[in-house]
Amino acid sequence: MTAPILRVQDLAVNFTSYTGGLLRRKERVLRAVNGISFDLHASESLGIVGETGSGKSTLARAILGLIKPSRGRVMWRGEDLTLLDEEQLRQKRKEIQIVFQDPVASLDPRMTAGDIISEPLWTFYPNMASLQVEERARGIMKMVGLLPNQINRYPHQFSGGQCQRIGIARALVLNPKLVICDEPVSALDVSIQAQIINLLKDLQNKLGLALIFIAHDLSLVKHISDRILVMYMGSSMELSERDALYRRPLHPYTNALIESVPIPDPILAAQARQDSWLSGDMPSPYEPPRGCIFNPVCPYKVSRCETDVPALRRMEHGDWAACHRAEDLDLSIGPVPSREAPGTRREIN
Amino acid sequence: MSLLEVTNLQVKFNTPEGEVQAVNGLDFSVERGESLAIVGESGAGKSQAVMAIMGLLAENGSVTGKAEFKGRDLLQMSRKELNKVRGCEIAMIFQDPMTSLNPFLTIEKQMAEVITHHQGLRRDEARAQAVEMLRAVRIPAPEERAKQYPHEFSGGMRQRVMIAMGLLCEPSLLIADEPTTALDVTVQAQITQLVGELRQKSNMSLILITHDLAVVAEICDRVLVMYAGQVVETGCVVDIFYRPQHPYTQGLLASVPRMNRPVDDELHFIPGNPPNLMDLGSGCHFRERCSRVMDVCEDDPPLQVAPDGRVSRCFIAMENGEMKRAEMVASGTDAEEDSTETAE
Repeated sequence: MTAPILRVQDLAVNFTSYTGGLLRRKERVLRAVNGISFDLHASESLGIVGETGSGKSTLARAILGLIKPSRGRVMWRGEDLTLLDEEQLRQKRKEIQIVFQDPVASLDPRMTAGDIISEPLWTFYPNMASLQVEERARGIMKMVGLLPNQINRYPHQFSGGQCQRIGIARALVLNPKLVICDEPVSALDVSIQAQIINLLKDLQNKLGLALIFIAHDLSLVKHISDRILVMYMGSSMELSERDALYRRPLHPYTNALIESVPIPDPILAAQARQDSWLSGDMPSPYEPPRGCIFNPVCPYKVSRCETDVPALRRMEHGDWAACHRAEDLDLSIGPVPSREAPGTRREIN
Repeated sequence: MSLLEVTNLQVKFNTPEGEVQAVNGLDFSVERGESLAIVGESGAGKSQAVMAIMGLLAENGSVTGKAEFKGRDLLQMSRKELNKVRGCEIAMIFQDPMTSLNPFLTIEKQMAEVITHHQGLRRDEARAQAVEMLRAVRIPAPEERAKQYPHEFSGGMRQRVMIAMGLLCEPSLLIADEPTTALDVTVQAQITQLVGELRQKSNMSLILITHDLAVVAEICDRVLVMYAGQVVETGCVVDIFYRPQHPYTQGLLASVPRMNRPVDDELHFIPGNPPNLMDLGSGCHFRERCSRVMDVCEDDPPLQVAPDGRVSRCFIAMENGEMKRAEMVASGTDAEEDSTETAE
């Protein structure tokens, strides 16, 4: 197997804040990302899933060097990005790009689509002829499914889905090797989400991109990831091959995420609706619980979970889980309901 | 008599670029104890329709038509009369629970205000009632939580507070505008379950506005699908999910991500984008995105009422269920099985 293009090793990001006024100042440390490690190969796609506050966006920013990590290494093709200075890091960003969550807010409203897409070219290749820049911008627009004759339009003249296409075009214009997509479809309508997912999948195949796809639930990641990393309060809970994860999650938290995806079928939903057992909130990140951070809400906890922190361990089949009971719990997802759910049958449209 | 009966609702906005037709002749009704879902993409006019009914339109908006709540037209009411109805008989929950709470007031104060205003109770009585309601929406340690500020609550807890606040005056109608869109899935599951339970207990009617059909399946009785400011289909929730008539409804259903679908399946989506509401023109507004478009779609499709009470705005659906069934058999789907399933 070839060497991974990205190796994240024990990456941690702490945020420090102060409370208690000027004189009785007290320091509080929030461990947003707490020792995450994974490898990513060329043209592979990794899904990162977790709820609000699980540290997935912070992790993405730390990989890009937009936030300084407190510990750990980000090895990009053999080079540690955390040791580079600003200018060296800037040069690396030609190879690593990001697509943000809010498609409208991440575009400058006073720049045209063409300006937005070609800005990276102006920055990195100031001597490029403007005709060539425009040609490249038009080419990319076509590739992401925008009409090249919309090049002079402003972001507000595009719909949310189209704005996200502009965001993707901007990320691709420099021919990066890795694109990090931070919840690129969460702000879009369900009917449009799939357009963007399919586009990303398509582009990945065509361009041989490596992809990190961040999402807050497991329903869409399924369609775009080879492997999935599940995060909770800054730590990895599970890192598994996609099919294995959906068939038999190793961690109770993964199971909870799978079960809370709503069932789009009124009859099945009425049958399947049992109490969602994951009640209560995430504990305060300033005072994480002792032992396993998931133990306060975990229905499978044993006494050991309250004292020992489970390490992320490699399991028999090569997947990873951070749970003391990963071997003895069987969280297999029951057989798919035998009745074909509506919509899965070939629709008449 | 229906609890709420809306007829020929039109909402327009005057903008510097021209007039935007947000809602274009909308009719619907909500019965007592019923829960209705209004479904559609961004810009379909679903939020603006209820905002207009509640008298909450932006300044450049105007509304015509009728919205009779318990026999009285909300659109003709003075501001004073309307204020007696909203927040009391009709409550509303918004999408973003952070921006709809006042960050400067404790939860208790905000909630007590509703009660003292509408029911004229004393402050301490109102506070006690607020705490009770927080308990009802299952906020742990409600006495202490009531004294906290909105920023001390998580997103899911804030939405619970919003629901508690909406329910304080025991409204007969609760309007929830994308109540779970901003929340995590695990929290979304908790909130939908909570709303479903509370509704059963109190026989309150519910209008749920959403773009995600998956949420609808769990708590709604009837579904109204909107596109470009118009109703394109209504029906009971089982009909909509199992026998959708309008190609748009079919497209929306197919694009819902499903956990039980093989991973390698291409995800379905509706191609294209919603139409420009400033320049709608005539004919079926969906025809540019419709995979089954015909010549006749250049004409305005009428809203057809089938004998079984189902309503759909499409020329294909007009040719009723028989033709559809034949086609489904032809495309390899077992229509027989389909009909036995719903008989269960």
